[in-house]
Amino acid sequence: MALSACSLEMLQYLKLKSVSELFVDIPKEVRIDGLRLPDGLSELELKRDLEALMSSNIPASSQPTFLGAGVYHHFIPAAVRAIVSRSEFLTSYTPYQPEISQGMLQSLFEYQSFMAELTGMDVVNSSMYDSSTALGEAVLMSHRISRGSRFLVSRATSPEKKLVAKTYARGADIAIDEVNYDPTTGLVDLSDLKVKMKDDVAGFYFENPNFFGPIESQAEEIRAVVGSKTLVAGVNPMSLALLRPPGEMGADIVIGDAQVFGTPMSLGGPMIGIFGCKSEHVRKMPGRLIGMTTDIEGRRAYCMTLQTREQHIRRSKATSNICTNEALLALAAAAYLALVGRNGLRKIAAKNVENMSSLSKRINGTKGFRAPHFKSAHFNEFVVSSDTDPEKIHRELLARGVHGGLVLDRMFPELKHASLYATTEMHTKADHDKLVTALGAIR
Amino acid sequence: MTYHQAVHEVPILLENCEKPSEESGFDPTVGGLLPQTVLRKELMIPDVPERDVVKHFVNLSQMNFGVDNGLYPLGSCTMKYNPKICDEIVSWDTVADLHPLQDPSTIQGALRLMHELEKMLCEIGGVDAVTLQPAAGAHGEYTGIHLVKAYHEANGEIRREVILPDTAHGTNPASAAMVGYDVLDLPSKDGCVDVEALKSAVSGDTAAFMLTNPNTLGLFEKNVREIAGILHDAGALLYYDGANLNAIMGKTSPGKMDFDIVHFNLHKTFATPHGGGGPGAGPVGVKKKLEEFLPIPRIVESKGIYSLESNMPRSIGKVRAFFGNYAVLVRAYAYIRMQGGKGLVSVSENAVLNSNYLKERLKDDFELPFDNLRKHEFVLSGRLLKKNGLRTIDFAKRLLDYGFHAPTIYFPLIVDEAIMIEPTETESRQTLDLFVDACKSILKEDPELLHSAPHNTACRRIDEAKAARDMIFSWRTYEKKQESSRA
Repeated sequence: MALSACSLEMLQYLKLKSVSELFVDIPKEVRIDGLRLPDGLSELELKRDLEALMSSNIPASSQPTFLGAGVYHHFIPAAVRAIVSRSEFLTSYTPYQPEISQGMLQSLFEYQSFMAELTGMDVVNSSMYDSSTALGEAVLMSHRISRGSRFLVSRATSPEKKLVAKTYARGADIAIDEVNYDPTTGLVDLSDLKVKMKDDVAGFYFENPNFFGPIESQAEEIRAVVGSKTLVAGVNPMSLALLRPPGEMGADIVIGDAQVFGTPMSLGGPMIGIFGCKSEHVRKMPGRLIGMTTDIEGRRAYCMTLQTREQHIRRSKATSNICTNEALLALAAAAYLALVGRNGLRKIAAKNVENMSSLSKRINGTKGFRAPHFKSAHFNEFVVSSDTDPEKIHRELLARGVHGGLVLDRMFPELKHASLYATTEMHTKADHDKLVTALGAIR
Repeated sequence: MTYHQAVHEVPILLENCEKPSEESGFDPTVGGLLPQTVLRKELMIPDVPERDVVKHFVNLSQMNFGVDNGLYPLGSCTMKYNPKICDEIVSWDTVADLHPLQDPSTIQGALRLMHELEKMLCEIGGVDAVTLQPAAGAHGEYTGIHLVKAYHEANGEIRREVILPDTAHGTNPASAAMVGYDVLDLPSKDGCVDVEALKSAVSGDTAAFMLTNPNTLGLFEKNVREIAGILHDAGALLYYDGANLNAIMGKTSPGKMDFDIVHFNLHKTFATPHGGGGPGAGPVGVKKKLEEFLPIPRIVESKGIYSLESNMPRSIGKVRAFFGNYAVLVRAYAYIRMQGGKGLVSVSENAVLNSNYLKERLKDDFELPFDNLRKHEFVLSGRLLKKNGLRTIDFAKRLLDYGFHAPTIYFPLIVDEAIMIEPTETESRQTLDLFVDACKSILKEDPELLHSAPHNTACRRIDEAKAARDMIFSWRTYEKKQESSRA
């Protein structure tokens, strides 16, 4: 290696002749001689290379894409990127030294405050990885609150989330059982919930809107059936601009993804897991919490708090192993909400509902398609059922420059020939036209 | 001393939020599409002009300190400079506007990038297969311990215990416990694993031993092959915590040291910015015998076409939805491509050189337990500060006044008044010398100045006990408490 003059001086200071002497403590039998990787690239070479590589991707911005299922294409005001690109935020670590990190700490407190407002919960932590891991953690936390060897999950939940929840549950020897949905409304089948809500159950998870799009209208009834056990509600926080918050309906824990607030889809990562709970459960909660306090001069200040729940203090007795979370995305969410404001957010949410309604009507008017499959109010996502194999429809749409919805047949065999379509404020009338025309052309 | 952090009075956005009024003509039922019964009554979010929102957050940013502001020698966190090109790339539409459930034919570039990143991490880690799904280092550990469990179960064995040294990162025991294992802490000897103690601790009930090498004292565990032998002879697996990988790239590898499972912290070694606490990414690499247990889907290549394979009956399932933190993966890929093989080797060489230089320059002013060669970081003891009624925390807070982020303190737990310093390779000698000058100057100062530090930051020493007592986690809680105290 070519050493700089400074490095040579440092070696001299250490009374060493070569850099290799810094590695003499690595025994010969475990040494390797360099890495078999290509030589480095200049910034220009890298940029050209990656531009070429990425050009084979077809982004939602260049092809109308009707996928949702937990990740949504929403508009991001330019000021969000300007704010999260501030080096002071972007290149800082976890705020272990609060006095020099007040900017991030207050921003995270503002995120927690907005999320508490939207969800109606007292406490929302400063983020989890995503909603799937948040659900996994919620299963474990329900077990800490209510004990029990089983946890119930609504069948109308994303298969990805269910798989992750099962992994988390397995570590704690908790079995996951599913609760059916009503085949007509798509909502929680209350009688099935009643049957399965036995003494050995720690809690129940349902979503609003659920995986298929319907808005749950039986929250009070669900709360009553779950009784003293832990009720976990999943939300799309964008819908909470209009919908009743889960806190108002007595949920013990709320989870969701705040990606919809200012974070691009980026192939599904990073996302930002929302995790909130009633204040009585706060000591059983996973993740970092930012609290308001004062400095020695009595001025308002912020710091990480209740850290005795966390791994770096409590080690194997911690409520979770989580350390790094998604802080920068929490900042993006706070900035997004401040930028669009209350009325702006409600308009965006209303536009989503409108787009869903008009698109589903148009699809329903297309021969061979029925939408929405479930008879309920919806937010921005709905199931389309068809006479033809949805895989075939998917391929034909792609050939016509449209990315259709998510094919559900393999995950939900009971829904024969069904796909899940999402539409947001990003879709123009022309995008809808293109989809409907393409669907109409399929034979 | 010239550092002064900006101080702005920045109220909480909700603080001056007036009772919201509905915009005239707005219909929350959206033309009757939503029934009244599912609608919310109130929503307190302020309507603030863009100009004021930007002012709010820019002023807050000035009360925050990142690597771009200066030296951030936070031990075990590898706070190196992050090249800006990587941030630019992840903002491209062809990166940012991809949906994870898109047809594989429409995301071939993304799949190829991830497939290549897996291969590059295999080479760096000396492993045979990598999953990119875990979202952070601790999440990688969690994934790795699930692999341990699946491996033993596939062999028809129930093993209940994970052993780790008392110098381990706190995430290690927490991750093992979350997968259902009992955790056994092994006391260290001369700062390293006590091989004899390990021999007597290992049994047929041992599922795995977790280790980081170099360890959290910055010492290379020379007996690592013998340690691996002890574990493997007992049928247990060896887990490598990749938090300290920055010290050894191209010099040795976890695979070469006979580790079976390793996680990589892309936000440490591979220069992706840490964002004030995340996002990170914690890919996990394994030896061949564990590949079949990796999370689904796997990215597979055939004749230049990339596709997803989920038919893996022995897989542990999924640890996170979709592919992991893709935007972080792209940054790490770009960083590795820019460095190249030789570049990564010199990253480690310079990281270790900087660390040893700093250690030599500071060790006489503090105490250096286990005097020896260090790798990328070293741990001093601030025990001598007690003579003046001071503690490590006072020294750390005073460093902030000089415009340096403080080192990690009070970790690892086996060093009294620990000060854990990791300068990384991206700092110049000039910066390191300025840091040394600051440390030496602080030790000569009036103890009261340290005791009451910091003085030049946006706020003074914080009352953390009050935060834990008051439990104010949101503006609505704050307002509720104000109301009840008025009543």
